[in-house]
Amino acid sequence: MLDDFFTRALVAGVGVAVVAGPLGCFVIWRRMAYFGDTLSHAALLGVSLSLLLEINTTLAVAGVSVLLAVVLLFLRRSDTLSSDALLGLLSHSALALGLVCLAFMTWVRVDLLGLLFGDILAVTRLDIAMVYGGGGLVLCVLALIWRRLFAATVSADLAAGEGQQPDRTDLVFMVLTAAVIAISLKIIGALLITALLIIPAAAARRFSASPEQMAVIAALAGALSAIGGLYASLHYDTPSGPSIVVAAMVLFAVSLVPGGLIVRRMGALIRGDRS
Amino acid sequence: MVQLERAGIRRGSDWLVRGVDLTVSPGEIVTLIGPNGSGKSTTAKMALGILKPSEGRASRRPGLKVGYVPQKLAIDWTLPLNVRRFLRLTNPLSDAQCREALEQTGAGRLMNSEMRTLSGGELQRVMLARAIGRKPDLLVLDEPVQGVDYAGEIAIYELISEIRGSLGCGILMISHDLHIVMAAADQVICLNGHVCCRGTPSDVSRDDSYHALFGARAGASLAVYEHHHDHVHLPDGQVRHADGTVCSHGPGDHHGHGGDDHVADETAVDGAGKDRDVGNAG
Repeated sequence: MLDDFFTRALVAGVGVAVVAGPLGCFVIWRRMAYFGDTLSHAALLGVSLSLLLEINTTLAVAGVSVLLAVVLLFLRRSDTLSSDALLGLLSHSALALGLVCLAFMTWVRVDLLGLLFGDILAVTRLDIAMVYGGGGLVLCVLALIWRRLFAATVSADLAAGEGQQPDRTDLVFMVLTAAVIAISLKIIGALLITALLIIPAAAARRFSASPEQMAVIAALAGALSAIGGLYASLHYDTPSGPSIVVAAMVLFAVSLVPGGLIVRRMGALIRGDRS
Repeated sequence: MVQLERAGIRRGSDWLVRGVDLTVSPGEIVTLIGPNGSGKSTTAKMALGILKPSEGRASRRPGLKVGYVPQKLAIDWTLPLNVRRFLRLTNPLSDAQCREALEQTGAGRLMNSEMRTLSGGELQRVMLARAIGRKPDLLVLDEPVQGVDYAGEIAIYELISEIRGSLGCGILMISHDLHIVMAAADQVICLNGHVCCRGTPSDVSRDDSYHALFGARAGASLAVYEHHHDHVHLPDGQVRHADGTVCSHGPGDHHGHGGDDHVADETAVDGAGKDRDVGNAG
């Protein structure tokens, strides 16, 4: 079954989306969208390094992203620069550095467009194994730290004051995000990975009454976007990454239509009447 | 349970707060007062272990169970979180326990409300309910009545002394209000970058304006803590003493904050609510 390149892409795409959904919820709850962007742009630097050192791309990308996450965590603590400026600086420096490195390596032929926007043709069996092995591990760890991570998300001070270690939980969360970026690079491309984290989670918001529910709905919305986007990509011969993101955006738009609006208005009315 | 010894925090070249000694024992209420930016929250965070002191020492009894009501809570609108789930944030509570804690703080009807729809006063009640629902050994309250109306304010202060009685927990409380401090507080510490003065709060105020403002019932749980400072804080952060000498905050500094100084200052005014080192006013 996995002989067909499109089936491989579908299987990998759905796997990536299911892992990205719950993690993406935390990214938006914590207002870390730009952080995700920074890590994914650094992925390109990881690709260059993997080509240079001839090591596995996914591992190199994960390594660079984790390293960057740790650097960010420490720089943020010393508050020399504002977090925003720091992220912008690292994000684009890493992207530019990656591109320059690739250009220097004249002996390798790289499909730059595929790296930036994803390439469904490039998905191999090994990639699928990475997605499901790595993704499964990410979800397991996320489930383990869920309560503590959630407490730290609501208020880091509160969690720290009541005997938890939000710094440690934050670090684990950043490593998980880096891992997801590494496994989704081939499907969605370095420039658009953050979209897969954020948009399905945002689409899930309106239909969720609890954080856990939102995580599950985000995973489903992500899977739906991956399937829809990949079919569209095949049909219209468009790059897979942007197609998936457009599909997710359509889902988000649908979550905003008046049907949802009426439900919310009624909810507000009922709440208003009660108080 | 919690102890700070000559503790201070530095940001860059500025000291946020310095030279704080503080102890909270079981069943004791310690209140920190002072103007904005005087280091009250910073001191509480040092006591909680959220911030590491740049100098001095902060120690907590191992295994201490803390209930913390932070000054601010910024929840992103994308986060679906109702009150029940918030109460279970750091501890597993049954529905009955959630309801009990909420009813204690007068927020029983909010059980299923969304956190972001709460008003400021409701949020304070819910945060307090969460902290006491933990049945903590130490309760740390950072301005627990901000945004709460006057009647609610008194009810919450009364609840706090009640909780001290029923749980036997120590309480470290912050108030930005220089005038109103609980009569039940065992120790009041006035901060302004350093410990300005400390002691037991004065006897219940006989000041008519306070009775008029809060009613006779309230008079029993509120007291006025007035005091004279023997020094002035200059705009550049230095301190000018009564004798005219000027110094910056330093570990060796001695401001002479004893109650004796204050009694010596006591020449004018009505005599009520002066900073006397009398016993617990409760």
